[in-house]
Parts: sequence; C-alpha cells; structure tokens
Amino acid sequence: MIEGILIGIKTALSFQNLLMVMIGCFAGTIIGMLPGLGPMTAIALMIPITYGFDPATGLILMAGVYYGAVFGGSTSSILINAPGVPGTVATSFDGYPMAQQGKAGKALAIAAYSSFAGGTIAAIFLLIAAPSLSKVSLSFRSPDYFGLMILGLTAVAAFSSKGNFLKAMMMCVLGLMLASVGQDTLSDIPRFTFNTMNLSDGISFVLVVMATFAMSEALTIIIKGSDPTKAAKQISLTDLGSIKLSKDETKQMAKTIPRSSILGFIIGVLPGAGATIASFLAYGMERNFVNDKEKEKFGKGSVQGLSAPETANNAACSGAFVPLLTLGIPGSGTTAVMLGALLGFGIQPGPRLYETNPEIFWSVIMSMYIGMVVLLILNLPLIPYIARILAVPRTFLIPMILFFSVTGIYLMSFNNFDIFLMIGIAVVATILRLYDFPMPPLILAFVLGGLMEENLRRSLLISDGSWDFLWNRPLTFCIMIVILVIVGWQIYNSFFKKKL
Amino acid sequence: MKINSVKIISLLFFILSAFYLYTAYQIQVFSFDEDSPFNAKTFPIYLGYTGMFFAGLKIALPDRKPVEVDPTHLEFKKTILLVITMIIYGATILKVGFFLSTSLFLVFSYYFLGERRWKYIIIFSFPFVAIFMYLLHGLLAVYLRDPLLKYIGIMG
Repeated sequence: MIEGILIGIKTALSFQNLLMVMIGCFAGTIIGMLPGLGPMTAIALMIPITYGFDPATGLILMAGVYYGAVFGGSTSSILINAPGVPGTVATSFDGYPMAQQGKAGKALAIAAYSSFAGGTIAAIFLLIAAPSLSKVSLSFRSPDYFGLMILGLTAVAAFSSKGNFLKAMMMCVLGLMLASVGQDTLSDIPRFTFNTMNLSDGISFVLVVMATFAMSEALTIIIKGSDPTKAAKQISLTDLGSIKLSKDETKQMAKTIPRSSILGFIIGVLPGAGATIASFLAYGMERNFVNDKEKEKFGKGSVQGLSAPETANNAACSGAFVPLLTLGIPGSGTTAVMLGALLGFGIQPGPRLYETNPEIFWSVIMSMYIGMVVLLILNLPLIPYIARILAVPRTFLIPMILFFSVTGIYLMSFNNFDIFLMIGIAVVATILRLYDFPMPPLILAFVLGGLMEENLRRSLLISDGSWDFLWNRPLTFCIMIVILVIVGWQIYNSFFKKKL
Repeated sequence: MKINSVKIISLLFFILSAFYLYTAYQIQVFSFDEDSPFNAKTFPIYLGYTGMFFAGLKIALPDRKPVEVDPTHLEFKKTILLVITMIIYGATILKVGFFLSTSLFLVFSYYFLGERRWKYIIIFSFPFVAIFMYLLHGLLAVYLRDPLLKYIGIMG
C-alpha cells in the first residue's frame, strides 16, 4: 500500500498533473458557480479534452473539476442564494444570511476550510477503505454484480429524486435502452440500428452526457426564461469582506468537522445517497448537537450551520469514489460520468484496478487531496475575481455552453449525424426536465447498461437460464431483498401513504 | 384519473417501450443461439417489459405531486430559434468549416437571445473562435477540419 501511495504521489505531483489539477479546480469552480450547471455538466464539458491525455492525467483533471464544481456551487449558494448544485442547498441556509450581514468573505472562508477538512478526512478514509474493499470485492461473482447494479440504479432513483421514483425508474429504463443501441458485444448482431451505419457502434457516452446535461440545462434556462446571473447583479461581487476567522469560530468548526466528515463519507459510499442527502443530514445532525443558544442562530448565519453541510458534501464526494474504484459501480450521476470516461480510456474500474493500474488508482486518490489544497490556496484568495463570472449575461453564457457541447462531439466523431442526434436527445431531455423527470438515473443506467447485460448474460448462462441465481448466493439474496424493500417502500410512499 | 402532461409523457414512454419490445423481438440471432439461455435479444426484451411496467404504473396510479407547467410562461420562440441555429450549425460545420460556422452560430445565438451590443457580439465570436482554434489546433495539436481556411491557405 505504501508503495502504491508513493506511486500515486509521484504521478499526481508531476508538473503536468499538478497543472491539470489547478486548471480542473479553476474551471470546475467557474462552471459549478453558475446556477443550474453542476459537476456533471462541468465534467461532461471536459471529457473531450481529457481524451487527448493519458488516463491518469485525464482522471486527475476530472477529479479537479469535480471538487472545483462542488466548491463553486457553495460560492453561488453563499453569495446569491442560488445553489449551483443540489448538494449545496443546505449551505445557503446559513451562508447566504452571513453574506447579507456583510460577512460574505468569512462565509466563503468557512466553506473553503470546511470543504478542505471534510475532503481531507474523507480522503484518508478512502485511502484505508478502498484497498480493503477491493480485496473483499474480489470474491464477488456475476450475480452479485448484477444485483449491485440494480441496487445502484434503484437507490439513485429512490434517493436522488424525492417523490419521483417512477419517473426516475423510467429514466433508468430509457438509459438502458439507449445503451443497448448498436452491435451486441458478444455476437456483433446489430440491435436498434435501423440499418444505419451511424448507430452500429452505439451511441457515444459523451454525446448522451452532453445532450442530457450541458445542452439540455442550457435549453431549460432559455425556455423557462430564467436568468441565473440576475441575482449577482444586485450585490457587490468585489467587496466580500474579510476572510479571517476568529478563535471562537475556529473552535466551533473544530467540533463540527470530524462528525460531519464521518457522516458525509458513510453517506457518500452508499449508492444513490450522495452529497445532497449528506449535507442535509449533517445540517440536521449539527442542529441537534449544539446548545439552545446556538440552535437559534441556525438559519440566521450560524458558523456550525454552514460548516456542517460543507464538510459533509465534500466528504460524500470522496466517499462516492469508493464503490466506483473498488467495485466499478458508480453510486451517483457524477461518478457515473467518471466511469464512462474511464471506460473511454479503456480502463475497467473494479477490484482489479488496484492491482492492474495502481498508478491510476492511487494517483486519483492523491490528486483528490492535492485538489483540496489547490482549492484552498488558489480559489479562496481569487474568489472576488472568480465570482465576477456570476455576472456574465446569459446571452453570452448559453451560446458558449452550446458551442462547447457541439464542438465536443464534433471533435470526437467529425460526423453530422452525432450532432443531430445530440440535439434531438437534448430537446427530449429539456421537455422531460420541465416535468421533473430526473436525468442522473438516465446517465447512470446508460453507463451501467453494457456491464449489466454482461453480468446478466454470465449469470443466466451459468444457471442454465434459471433465475435462481438471484437467491442462490446469500450475498445476491441480501442485495435483492434490499432492492425489493426500496422499490416497495418507494411505491407505497409515493402513492398510498396519506399526506401528513 | 386526471390526465396531465406527465401522464401523456408516461403514455408516450409506454408506446416507446412497446415499440422497443417489438423491435427487440425482431432482432435476428444466429440459429445456434436461438434456444440459448441468453442471446442478443434477451436483455432488450426484459427492458421493453420493464419500461412498459413502470410507465403503466405511472399512468395508472394517482399523481400525488402533479407538475403543471404554464406554457404561456415558456419562451418557445427563443428556444426553437436556438435549436434551429444549432441544427444549421451542425449541418454546415463539416462543409463550411469550423471557424466560419462556429463564429456565425455564436453571432446568431447571442442575437436571438437578446444581445444587441455588437462590439461584444463580434469580440466573443470571430476573435474568440480564432483563439480557441489556435489553442486546440496550434498548441494541443487537436485536428480541426476547416476546408475554407485550408482553401485560403491559413490552415495546413
């Protein structure tokens, strides 16, 4: 393990990779700061660029973008009460009131230090948990993997789309349907290609991500007539106040950070839960831990109220890498995009990644830590300047997003058909978004589609066509029980439970 | 049962799943593979049924949180114009070349979205695309197809 860590440090600290972390954090902060555009869009826009690099560098860039986007989301939550990502909604509860009291700089500093501490503690947990889980997961077989993938999809549908379980499940199926287009991996038989050569290789992952996130988010902003930069025009983005914290404030944070980190990491590891649930739970937990006097400050600019969700959402981001790196199964939309990018590099994450590509495994973990440091020393002092991006008019912002999306696909395929397909998918995704159909389950399903079919194929062939593989192994049986409980509970909760 | 837009979308999804299922059954598999426990159409068939199942549930069960979107508050004109601009951009990018088509796409998009400051429109289109192309093509050696610039001798 020590050797692996040293390999990771060496790779992550190379000049090129350090530069990539910095660029990633910077670009991620800018994109994440824009309300409506989250880490998934940020990573999606970066994918075409990363294919020019070696896998470790590409992943390091994306990890930087991921953390940058989460941090950027907190900035817009604090400054203009417009969370860039759902994971930073809880940040705005106390961050925005602090900014209104003229303490925007302080609020940003608390967010940055908490994110740094949460991310650091979670990176240490990841360092310990990932190799151990990798060893355990070597004993997993195809039925277990198949079950875990269904569990991942069900959990994301259940937890990431409150009250929209059936809509999320429909999006999962749509994602799997899109993934099934093209030649069958084993027999090379064309499926759903409608006799066009353009579909014989299947639909590109980047195309689907760009269409359902970057492009459809831009179109949604236009069709709704919303202006994400409107709130920014009403405040001063240059005079944010001091970023220095008092001793008392530091003491308060010192109590909050450890417990929120642990909670965030555990929630992050669970499939589907992610940063949003982690931040809300941490906020709620913190409120229960503090005394009555401090409790009254919650919602009015409490230091602990701001520190807790910020710590937890960053810890959850690191936690989300555990199932991705050790099982090859992403637990969230963002890590699904990462998995898609890894597969694009020809790397199959999973228990063997730890042994076959230790430089990638460890350099990603190390770069996460370096990303945190970069965020702290680079982004915090630069926030008054970076925050000005919030004032960029949407008349320029939206065409730029569309331009980067189309260019991304153009550079990958030099094919008009792909551009038209992307526009078509984006239009459909925009309509679906208007009616609250969630997109992360679609992406997760699209990425997992091939792997799911492969594991189902192996399981059915081994069991000679019988579905008893679902309950023959204790582990698969337990996974199936959990899935049934989630599905049953969600359907009951959505339709039969009386309103309180 | 109250019919709303979500139910209509669910119905469309049900039809899509049924069509998908029908197409899945039409997939031609090798004769030796037909009776195999798993072949190229097994997974799509299950998917088709699953899609129909969830869409059917959504149609049949009552909607506890109906989403109503007021069409009068939606900016259809701008969105449609932007989509058409993108389609034209996609159709011309290979023939006209990256530089001109991208620059024009940006000019029209800024204009359709309501921007009227021509100084900024010009700066953030032609020079911006030129710098972007230089970064990609000149520095990162990413190939950019541009027959027009090649014809006039700017690009190699």
